[in-house]
Formats: sequence, C-alpha cells, structure tokens
Amino acid sequence: MSSHNESILREPLVTGKDITYAKVTDDILLPVENKPNKAWWIGFILAALGALLWVVSVGYTFWTGIGAWGLNKTVGWAWDITDFVWWVGIGHAGTLISAVLLLFRQNWRNSINRSAEAMTIFAVICAATYVVAHMGRPWLAYWIFPLPNQFGSLWVNFNSPLVWDAFAISTYFTVSLVFWYCGLLPDIASVRDRAAGLKRRIYSILSFGWNGSVKTWQRFEIVSLILAGISTPLVLSVHTIVSFDFATSVIPGWHTTIFPPYFVAGAIFSGFAMVQTLLLVMRKVLNFENYITMFHIESMNKIIMVTGSIVGIAYLTELFIAWYSGSEYEMYAFANRIAGPYWWAYWTMMTCNVISPQLFWFKKIRTSIPISWVLSIVVNIGMWFERFVIIVTSLHRDYIPSSWAMFYPTWVDVGIFVGSIGLFFTLFLLFLRFLPGIAVAEVKLLLKSASLQQKTKLVQEGHQDPEQVEFFRNSLTKYDSVTEQDIKALETK
Amino acid sequence: MSKIKYILGSFADPDELMDGIDKLQANNISIYDCFTPMPIHGIEAKLGVRPSRLPIAAFCFGLLGGTLGFCLLYYTMTYDWPMNIGGKPALPLPNFVPVTFECTILITALGMVATFFYRNHLFPGRAPRVMDLRATDDRFIIAIDANDNADHERIESLLKEAGAVEVKYNERKYVSYE
Repeated sequence: MSSHNESILREPLVTGKDITYAKVTDDILLPVENKPNKAWWIGFILAALGALLWVVSVGYTFWTGIGAWGLNKTVGWAWDITDFVWWVGIGHAGTLISAVLLLFRQNWRNSINRSAEAMTIFAVICAATYVVAHMGRPWLAYWIFPLPNQFGSLWVNFNSPLVWDAFAISTYFTVSLVFWYCGLLPDIASVRDRAAGLKRRIYSILSFGWNGSVKTWQRFEIVSLILAGISTPLVLSVHTIVSFDFATSVIPGWHTTIFPPYFVAGAIFSGFAMVQTLLLVMRKVLNFENYITMFHIESMNKIIMVTGSIVGIAYLTELFIAWYSGSEYEMYAFANRIAGPYWWAYWTMMTCNVISPQLFWFKKIRTSIPISWVLSIVVNIGMWFERFVIIVTSLHRDYIPSSWAMFYPTWVDVGIFVGSIGLFFTLFLLFLRFLPGIAVAEVKLLLKSASLQQKTKLVQEGHQDPEQVEFFRNSLTKYDSVTEQDIKALETK
Repeated sequence: MSKIKYILGSFADPDELMDGIDKLQANNISIYDCFTPMPIHGIEAKLGVRPSRLPIAAFCFGLLGGTLGFCLLYYTMTYDWPMNIGGKPALPLPNFVPVTFECTILITALGMVATFFYRNHLFPGRAPRVMDLRATDDRFIIAIDANDNADHERIESLLKEAGAVEVKYNERKYVSYE
C-alpha cells in the first residue's frame, strides 16, 4: 500500500502545506514549463563562456599536440590526469545516491537522485575528454578498443590497467545514462501530457510512449532495482580501476595496495561535496526547498564527514606504511610530499580533506546552508589537490636527481580545467531547463508516508506517544522550510 | 451506449483506487488496466498481474556478457596472438577479471533494458497510448472495458462509492492521438 503510516520519529522528507500530487507536479515542472529566470540566464552565460574557453583550449591542444601543456620528460602526467580523476570521482556520488541508497531503501534519495545522476553523466563526459585529449592523436582514440585492424590483427594489451580503464569508464557512462534515462521516462511523460504543440511532440518522442500502466510500472521498478544492484559493484570497480592506473606501476608513492578503497572513499567524498554545491543553489533558485529539505542537506553532510574521515585515515596509513616498509624510495616520496617543494599542495590537501569535514561534527555547522556550501567547495578544492599531490609530487623527483623537475601549467592546462567546469555547468543548466530536476514520480511516493503534512495529521489524530511528538517537534526546528505555524500545529490536543 | 469503449474511474488518491479495484472485483467486473502517476505497491497482486520475469532475462544477459567478455580476452590474448609482455603468461586470469566484469555489467544492463522496452513497446517516437491525460499528473485511473461489462450504471455507482472524483465514458480508446 502506498500509505502505510511511517513513524513520526523519522524526520519528514517533504515539507510544506497543502501538498497534493498536483502541486508536486506543478512545483517541479515549473522551470521546465516556463521561461527561465534571470539567475538561470546569468549562470548559463557564465557557464557557456567557460565552455567556450574549453573548446578553444582543447582545440588548441588537438591542433598543436600535447606539447601545448606544461608537461616535461619527468612529469609526464599532470593536470590532465588530475582533472580526469577529479571528474570521475565527482561522478561517483550520483551513482551512489541512485543505486546504493536505493538498495538500502533510503527514501531521501528520491528527491536528489535525478540531479545527482545527471551530474554523474556530465562529470564523466568532462573526464572522458581528458583521456581523449591526452592521447595526442585523438583521431586514433578508437585504438584503445580491441577492433580488428590492419596490423594483422594486433590486439590491445589486456594486461594494462589503462585498457581496463577504457572499458570501465565507457561501461560506467553507458549504464549511468541508461539508468538515468529509464528513470526520466515517467517524468518526461508528465511534461508531455501537460504540454501542447511542438513541445508536446518533442517530449512525446523523448517519452518513448510511456503510459503508466500497471505492467509498465511493475517492470520499471524491477529494472530500477536490478540496475541499482549492478551499478553498485560497477561504481566501486570504476574507481578501483582508476586507482590501478597508478597502483600497478612501480613508482614510489603510487605502488600501494591501499589505493582502491582509498580512491573509492575519496570519490564519494568529492562527489557528495559537488552534489551539495549544486543542490544548495538549485533548491534556492528553483524554489525546491520543500523537496530538498534540511534533512537531505544534513544527511549529505554526514556522508561527507564519514568519507572524509576514511580518506584521512587512508592518508595516515599511507604515511605509516611508507615508514614501516623500510623502503628508502617510498620514504623519500612521502617526505618529499610533506616537506618538499610541493609542501603547500600537500598541506592544502590535508587541511581541506581531513580537517574541514570534521567541522560537520557540530550540528550547527551541519545544518547551516552557507557554511555547508563553502565547505563543499573547500572539499572539492582539497580533492583536486589530492590528485595533484599523488600524481605530480610522485613524479617530479625521479630516481636520478639530474632529471628532477617542477611542473608549471600553461594557459592551455588552466583553460582546459576551467573550461571543463564551464562545460559541466552548461550541461547541468540545460538539464534543469529541459528536464525535471527532481524525480516527480518518486517524490509522489513519499507524499502519503514521509511528508510533514501526513505526519502532522497523524499527530493531530492523537494516539501518538507524547515523548515522540516532542522529539518530532524538536527535530523540525532545523528545517528552513518549516514555519513556526507548522510546528505549532503539532501542539494541538 | 454501444459507442462507448472504455469507462474510466478517476481517483485523486491511491488508496481509494485500491478500494475501487476491490469493489469492482467483488462485483465480478473485470478491470482492463490502471494508469497511475507513480508505482502503486501491491496493485499487481490485486489485479492478478504475474511477477515480472525480467530478473531471469537480466541473469541470462549477465551470463552472456560474462562469457562474451571472457571469450574476447581469451581469443585476443591467448589464442589469436599470444604475446610475451614482460614475461607475463599468455593466459593471465587475474588480469582478465576487470574487463570480464565490465562486459558482464554492460550486457546485463543493456540487455535487460532492451527487453523492458521491447516487452512494453517503448521506443523513441512511439505514439503514447494514454487514456487520460491526467494519469501522469495527479489522477489514478481504473479503466474498464465497456463492452465486456454491460451494467454501466452499476460501474459508475461502485466507482463513485469508492471515492472516484470523476467517471468518464470514452468513445475512443486513447485520447492522445488528437
């Protein structure tokens, strides 16, 4: 049944008064059905300028070759791979929210999964461009796949983690896209049935003829569940394989078995931070405060805190093992990270990733929107530096001191990175303009069980333990979308 | 009356829809289908819709994907052109795990979703067969075949009794072609 009564000890996932099924559709489809507001245009123009910079920088790289970047013979991997791992990592939160939280039946995912999955797809697009750009001859990018060729067939080397990575990233992108689009079908149908004219025809094509019959929904739910089940090991495998790019080499600082879990935790950490960065703005600009509530923000902050602590432990373990291994090269690699010429990068990473998420132990900070937003950006800066530290500081001091070098980015390096952020936001803003930013059908599921309205009704009916009512009332005080009137309504009887 | 093809009971609440199904079934009135804006848990059991066999399809696609992935690796690395790369064996089974795994996942996902789309006739550009345009918004619809169930007044009263906001008599099966 859709309306079993959920305990009032659980905090509401949908707030607001007079929330009906129609209101949910109206609220969420508002940005899709109307002309965009000023905030959207400002954001879009800025993002599009960034995307333009990206086109110029990548175009310049393709034209001149990767000599346009600041690489030298000692530091052969730098910003490109840093940015690649950063973007792939950011993508991981989307799958985590849509798949892992679905398996654990965490209903709060229902209102954030759509935008988080969109974020995954756009982040993986950004990441993939670095791989192609770094190939030097991007028109031969298909050589990474085992296609029959004229060299007799000379196949790709399946012992190489770089080939595994190509398989992992392309599978990840495809499965995420399929998962996201399947979930979108019922919501596109909602837009279709309310629209008219050309808009209706376009959304009709996109909706694949969805009609919401019993059998369709039944299969839809099974498909979502199985896709979640297979996406969960997939997302873990993707960042594991990304970490193999480093861990299977013999470079001191890379050659460690801790990398797979450490990278996965870092990926979830940075991904949730990016979700937080996006959603805090989105809920304000698009008036989604009743659907993305303080409970969602606080829950995400808790995940950031946990994964941040895992990352912190991984850093310390790495240091301990470097010392415990007794290998002088390993020890030097870490001493060089801490106190070498890139000490500032190392300590930026440590501060942003290990210390700053610990602030979320305080409830005041965890439930403060401006602080959460700033900290989410701090975390993303920290995670970028983590990859930079791992990649550049492990390479720049080689076994032979005569080949020691520093890495200095060129304008092209900076342009591609800043540009990719622009590209990401361009795609995300277009998504918010043309597709529902919250899964409409899934939020409707919460209406009769987990909404504040329903819980208020339960309390007003009586039969609830006064202690629990008190607890419920106290838990509402942190919500910015709950008014004092709403809380007062709980006091009657 | 013979022109009427379908009777639609339009509900504003999923629980009332369930109640409506019970009432109709108690009076031996067969239900054609229900259209809802969100999945209703337990409705399949009530309407006697059998559990989906998609998990079986997914499992088969998974087996296929795993086999294809492994065959690809075995053919290229071991059979067609075994190469000595750093003295590594020609059949390095541990190194085969990642790609085999990714192929399994990819074929499972694509195969299962393709089966879903095929069985439900979902594809880009398909004309939506919608009986009531609000079924994707805020209405929960029970559709009853008007020719199979003759006593229309009784159907209407049962639907209304269960809490239907509106009862429609559609002369066309689908309203979405207009």
